Amino acid sequence: MFLINCPYCGEREQVEFNCGGEAHIARPKNPPDLSDDQWADYLFMRKNIKGVQFERWNHSSGCRRWFNIVRNTATDEILKIYNMGESPPNINGDDPNTPSGEPNIGSGNISSTFNKK
Amino acid sequence: MITDKKISFKFDGKKFFGFEGDTLASALIRNGVFLVGRSFKYHRPRGIISAGSEEPNAIVQLESGNITEPNVRATEIELYEGLNASSQNNWPNVNFDFGSINDFLSPFFPAGFYYKTFMWPPKFWEKYEYFIRKAAGLGKSPKEDDPDKYEHFHYHCDVLIVGGGLSGLYAAKLATKANLKVLLVEQSSELGGEKLNVDYVQSALQGSVDNVLETSFGISLVNELENLNNSNNLKIIKNTTLFAYMHNNYLLACQKIKNKNIRQIIWKIRARKVVLATGSIERFLTFDNNDRPGIMLANSVRKYFNYYKVKPRGNIIIFTNNDSAYKTAIDFYLNKIPIKAIVDVRKESKGDLVRKARNFGLKIYFNHGVINTKGRKKINSVIISEFDEKLRNTIGKSKKLSCDLLCVSGGWTPTVHLFSQSRGKLIFRESDATFIPDISFQEEISIGACNGTFELDDIFEETFNKMKKLLSEFGKEIQDKNREGVNKIFQDKIKHLWVVPSNKYFGKTKMFVDFQNDVTAKDIKLALKEGYRSIEHVKRYTTTGMATDQGKTSNINALGIISQFSNKQIHELGTTTYRLPYTPVTFGALAGRHVKEFFDVERTTPIHQWHIDNNAKFENVGQWKRAWYYPKEEEDMHQAVNREVKATREGIGILDASTLGKIDIKGRDSSEFLNRVYTNSWSKLGIGKCRYGLMLGDDGMVIDDGVTSRLAENHYLMTTTTGNAASVMSKLEDWLQTEWPELKVFLTSVTEQFSTISVNGPLATDLMKKIFVDFDFSSENFPHMSFKNIQINSISCRVMRISFTGEKCYEINVPSSYAKSLWSKCFELGKEFNITPYGTEAMHVLRAEKGFVIVGQETDGSVTPIDLDMSWIVSKKKYDFIGKRALNRSDTIKEDRKQLVGILTKDPNLVLEEGAQLVEKISKPPMAMIGHITSSYYSPNLGRSIALGLVKDGLKKKGQTIFAPMPDKTVEVEISNPVFIDPTNERLSA
Amino acid sequence: MKKPKKYSIFSLVKNALTYHENWQPVWRSPEPKKKYDAIIIGGGGHGLTTAYYLAKNHGINNIAVIEKGWIGGGNTGRNTTIIRSNYLWDQSAGLYEHALKLWEGMSQELNYNVMFSQRGVMNVAHTLHDVRELKRRWHANRLNDIDCEWLSTNEVKKFCPVINTSPKIRYPVLGATLQRRAGTARHDAVAWGYARGADAMGVDIIQNCEVTNINVVNGKVTGIETTKGTIQSNKIGVVAAGHSSVIANMVNIRLPLESRPLQALVSEPVKPIIDTVVMSNTIHAYVSQSDKGELVIGAGTDGYCSYTQRGGFNIVEDTISAVVELFPLFSRMKMLRHWGGIVDICPDASPIVSKTHINGLYFNCGWGTGGFKATPGSGWVFAHTIANDEPHELNAPFTINRFSSGELVDEHGAAAVAH
Repeated sequence: MFLINCPYCGEREQVEFNCGGEAHIARPKNPPDLSDDQWADYLFMRKNIKGVQFERWNHSSGCRRWFNIVRNTATDEILKIYNMGESPPNINGDDPNTPSGEPNIGSGNISSTFNKK
Repeated sequence: MITDKKISFKFDGKKFFGFEGDTLASALIRNGVFLVGRSFKYHRPRGIISAGSEEPNAIVQLESGNITEPNVRATEIELYEGLNASSQNNWPNVNFDFGSINDFLSPFFPAGFYYKTFMWPPKFWEKYEYFIRKAAGLGKSPKEDDPDKYEHFHYHCDVLIVGGGLSGLYAAKLATKANLKVLLVEQSSELGGEKLNVDYVQSALQGSVDNVLETSFGISLVNELENLNNSNNLKIIKNTTLFAYMHNNYLLACQKIKNKNIRQIIWKIRARKVVLATGSIERFLTFDNNDRPGIMLANSVRKYFNYYKVKPRGNIIIFTNNDSAYKTAIDFYLNKIPIKAIVDVRKESKGDLVRKARNFGLKIYFNHGVINTKGRKKINSVIISEFDEKLRNTIGKSKKLSCDLLCVSGGWTPTVHLFSQSRGKLIFRESDATFIPDISFQEEISIGACNGTFELDDIFEETFNKMKKLLSEFGKEIQDKNREGVNKIFQDKIKHLWVVPSNKYFGKTKMFVDFQNDVTAKDIKLALKEGYRSIEHVKRYTTTGMATDQGKTSNINALGIISQFSNKQIHELGTTTYRLPYTPVTFGALAGRHVKEFFDVERTTPIHQWHIDNNAKFENVGQWKRAWYYPKEEEDMHQAVNREVKATREGIGILDASTLGKIDIKGRDSSEFLNRVYTNSWSKLGIGKCRYGLMLGDDGMVIDDGVTSRLAENHYLMTTTTGNAASVMSKLEDWLQTEWPELKVFLTSVTEQFSTISVNGPLATDLMKKIFVDFDFSSENFPHMSFKNIQINSISCRVMRISFTGEKCYEINVPSSYAKSLWSKCFELGKEFNITPYGTEAMHVLRAEKGFVIVGQETDGSVTPIDLDMSWIVSKKKYDFIGKRALNRSDTIKEDRKQLVGILTKDPNLVLEEGAQLVEKISKPPMAMIGHITSSYYSPNLGRSIALGLVKDGLKKKGQTIFAPMPDKTVEVEISNPVFIDPTNERLSA
Repeated sequence: MKKPKKYSIFSLVKNALTYHENWQPVWRSPEPKKKYDAIIIGGGGHGLTTAYYLAKNHGINNIAVIEKGWIGGGNTGRNTTIIRSNYLWDQSAGLYEHALKLWEGMSQELNYNVMFSQRGVMNVAHTLHDVRELKRRWHANRLNDIDCEWLSTNEVKKFCPVINTSPKIRYPVLGATLQRRAGTARHDAVAWGYARGADAMGVDIIQNCEVTNINVVNGKVTGIETTKGTIQSNKIGVVAAGHSSVIANMVNIRLPLESRPLQALVSEPVKPIIDTVVMSNTIHAYVSQSDKGELVIGAGTDGYCSYTQRGGFNIVEDTISAVVELFPLFSRMKMLRHWGGIVDICPDASPIVSKTHINGLYFNCGWGTGGFKATPGSGWVFAHTIANDEPHELNAPFTINRFSSGELVDEHGAAAVAH
């Protein structure tokens, strides 16, 4: 269970929070003008990134506030936390070396395969 | 520590004596019992091989009845008076086991044999399987409920130290002296670890191995820490195994308690820094028939002697590939226990220990190995032989030596489980074939043997340096060490010999790698031969490392054997994943107190006790306990519900509706907010008025409904369904905070602040007049779909005239602390009207009679408002609201979707089963289904059954006859209007 | 291609005489060729069955299965092996029932014992809502000619005596559905058996080979880039489970998937104590006993995206509590091994087996927590889709387009967690 540093309450365990999925997918302002595909794109389609992902989280068992998190989904490391409405920060590095980022032998206990910050 | 207090215990029904401080294993060895179990597959006789948590063989069934526990390692059971244990996996007994026929048939049971057979005849697998299952398994599951309790503790500390050996103790001392909050976790019941409890006990007596100074240093370290324990900043917990290392230095440990009230405690530890000092585990060697009782790990034998004071008897032979086993020989020699021979696979060793053994005149066979052993239930002799240059073959004539105890050492494996669980990366060290920590992933250091540092002086040096750095990260400085160096013992190099050569044909050998699962070297060879080359494939095909010991002594040997057979370097193979838990953890402990009455929170309304007192039956709705119906004497459910329903339509029914979600909505843009989240329009709702709303997801599907009242210009009270209160609140916050931050709206959940008493029925107004005596309840003053604030005894109630039954109804929202007294008052005053409490079942009948839907019953996440024939509530004027766009997708605009209709059985007395499927044409299955029954009840008011259902193109099919094919008969039904009572709403306004 | 020697009791005895030194490899370990007629990305159960049925049903033998690690190493080797077909909607029932029928003949078809054991699967109801939903499913199954029974509380106790049916527990057992033809299988054996079968028909199984890019020219796939070089093909089937989005992102396709941790665990092995599979969606307890004697227990998913194959331990604690609540006698049993996988979850809890807008590129994903049971059926219909560039009638409802049209196959209602 990882820790999340709620910008309003401080560091708490992940179990207190709900993840709202990928961040920066704004609800379109002009729904009637969109095609079914475009609406599906907003509603369902996701990048589901392995590596650095921008996400929305809610401190649901605490202050109930929403905020954004930059998280490496390949390691569960939280790289940055920022407020709703702010633009996504630049995060360099920390991406997997290869698309899967996994070592080519064994089950992952040998070589380092992620660029550490 | 062993004392001289005698303790009696039973093993396999036979009575023995041991001493206080013994483990079951040490007591059994003390009594000369070597055969303690049978192996999984071949039922070979097996004995104790180790003295710790790595034990693969000596696992027993402890106790019986409701406190029995299967698969307990005898090496970890502290002896107590009256202990009763038995061996496992044998029949009729461990000495004579019919299953051992498998050993003779073993040529037919190589690794994975079951994948290749039992396929004919095709239907017979389950018959074969029955016997396979019976043969498998080890101990027996308890059959009765566990009488014990378990607890969870949370602990936060600056530094967590795992392992109370000398390195861990030294680290603990440094951290404690630096005034940090320290937790030290030790697996055994005593501090000091292997070095102090095994190595120095003898050296203190004999001055043999290391120098005495170190011993006293170790003892004083233990004493110092014991004194500091439970002081301000140090806590030591013993008998505690750290079994999981999770994210962000979150670690879990399980403590065994001797206390009667609580059996085990799970410690949930969050540490700023973690120091791993988990030591190392001795390896076995892989030679023919290496699994006989009486063959043990060399250092474990030494521990049984030095720590448990169990004196070995008979002919003792040591078989090693490294220097450490010589410690065992030296200790025994100094205690006048004869060593028959030391068999060393190396050509020679220049190590200090070896030199010492030589000086003592011990017989050492270099370049030799034990190539076979004899003795069915106990070893009685070994065959030794010389090896060729490359250690691949035996040469010369082999020699038979009689032997009662064979001490084996294949080197040492650092215990890197926790480091690996923490996602640290390992690196392979060729010199002693060990995986050791390389790159940390979390805030953690490894010290001592678990870091591949075996010599005491090096350990202290490493611990000091690493701790100095770690403490500096807390801003703490420590003085330079004031400890003198110790004499280093020079140990010569280990020689890896993953498979000890045999003079037999390899295919005929039985060289065990994983003892418990009966995996042999030739099984591994077979797996490789068959193309299972990945280490994971070999593991899964042969099951090596998958037994209850999880391969603590064997995994590295399996890797070595793979490397030898596949001509690959070990580091090219990688390892399998180190999985939690480090040692098995009791389910009950993991569940802690979250069982029985604490399994899940029960939510009850303030009126709950009244329901209990009045014989209510309850229904679980989410976490809520809701009154389901109130049977009177000798009434069954059907009768009770009929009575409640009729009473409500004819007089007064009263319902505790406090579980409905209530959200207080305030702020400048409240109306606009409601416009966006509900399908209908809210701007023009008058203050004091109520309106029903339907909430959709942005996929157009109904997710909730309820009545919202406008309390003031910018103030609303929303009600939600009971089950969705939390999720609706959370979704609304989501929209507000993330999509519409420009809206000034504030949401507060007031579900528990207010209780709701729903007074229904034609006489409802009469009762209301008695409760709120001065108030004008005329429909002119208080029309349907409006609310009033009315006082009673200076308590302000918000009374809403809304209805979920179709009857005239007042929902009284009262501050929760007054709910029960107001409820009682209703009964007091309502007596003359025969006021009747009704539960959720009657509520369902009443609303179904009226054709009202329940979200989650008539809907299932695939139903739009149009499907519910509720287009009237979907605004055409609004440019947008949540769900609007999705209602116009190609599938959602289809006209023949499943739609809500009434369903009437042709037989009015027959109540359909909810969930029954509907078809147009009866045929043999498969039949094309056109819908299903969502709600179905007997309506006492109509004197017949009624049902609601979702039917494909149902709105156009009203009047049509369709069928519900049930298992016993087919039921003919007619599609009808879903409103069965008072379609013109006369009763509401009456 | 050399036909593999048949496995049987006779071959076992025969090989015993030669100390098992003459067994053939179950599959070759070839280097990739320059070009294939079809490439399957992902050597799990679904990928291997796809290759197998492409070769067997459609005569396309020049195929490579590209696996970044070891075959069967993802969810195939990490699931709780529950196999059933008692799904609510016709579309799902059709697909899973087709799979179940293939399971019933699989060991003989492959000449590899996958230990498919039809010990029955019980889905337990704990609330009136559960009863309504499970009965709805039961009736739908009956009319779809899928075996399913309703058991009263007493019948539940009779069928599975160790379950706690006391009315006094927090969520008492109110009944259950039982599918007797459902059961469990040996998960690794499924991957190995299909690999052996596919290999025998000429399929190249290439392990330790990671796909780094997909080459697309003028809207058509031309091949893939891998850690072992470029491999050409005009047909590429992606069966990458939790990593489907990783592959999709290479060609800027977005899928309606979220990859989440799913955890499972086994107890220490004990003698037979529970002879069926018990599933409870309401309290999240999924229990069966393996042939080895271990209790196999599935936990719930975590609520966030993660590729770490590790979830929060709180989920495990909740599951164990639920197991102890439902089976109080297991309280003194011990957790032996715990692990996690990455499940690709679709919004409607149904899979995607579909063409894409890129010519020759096909996706088979979104099986979420319940893909193992579909393994043979999934491969069967996906092979059909790839071979004909048109879906099989059984997977026609499972297109990517359904998310635009709204024609979802929402299996949440009746199976909150579709293990």
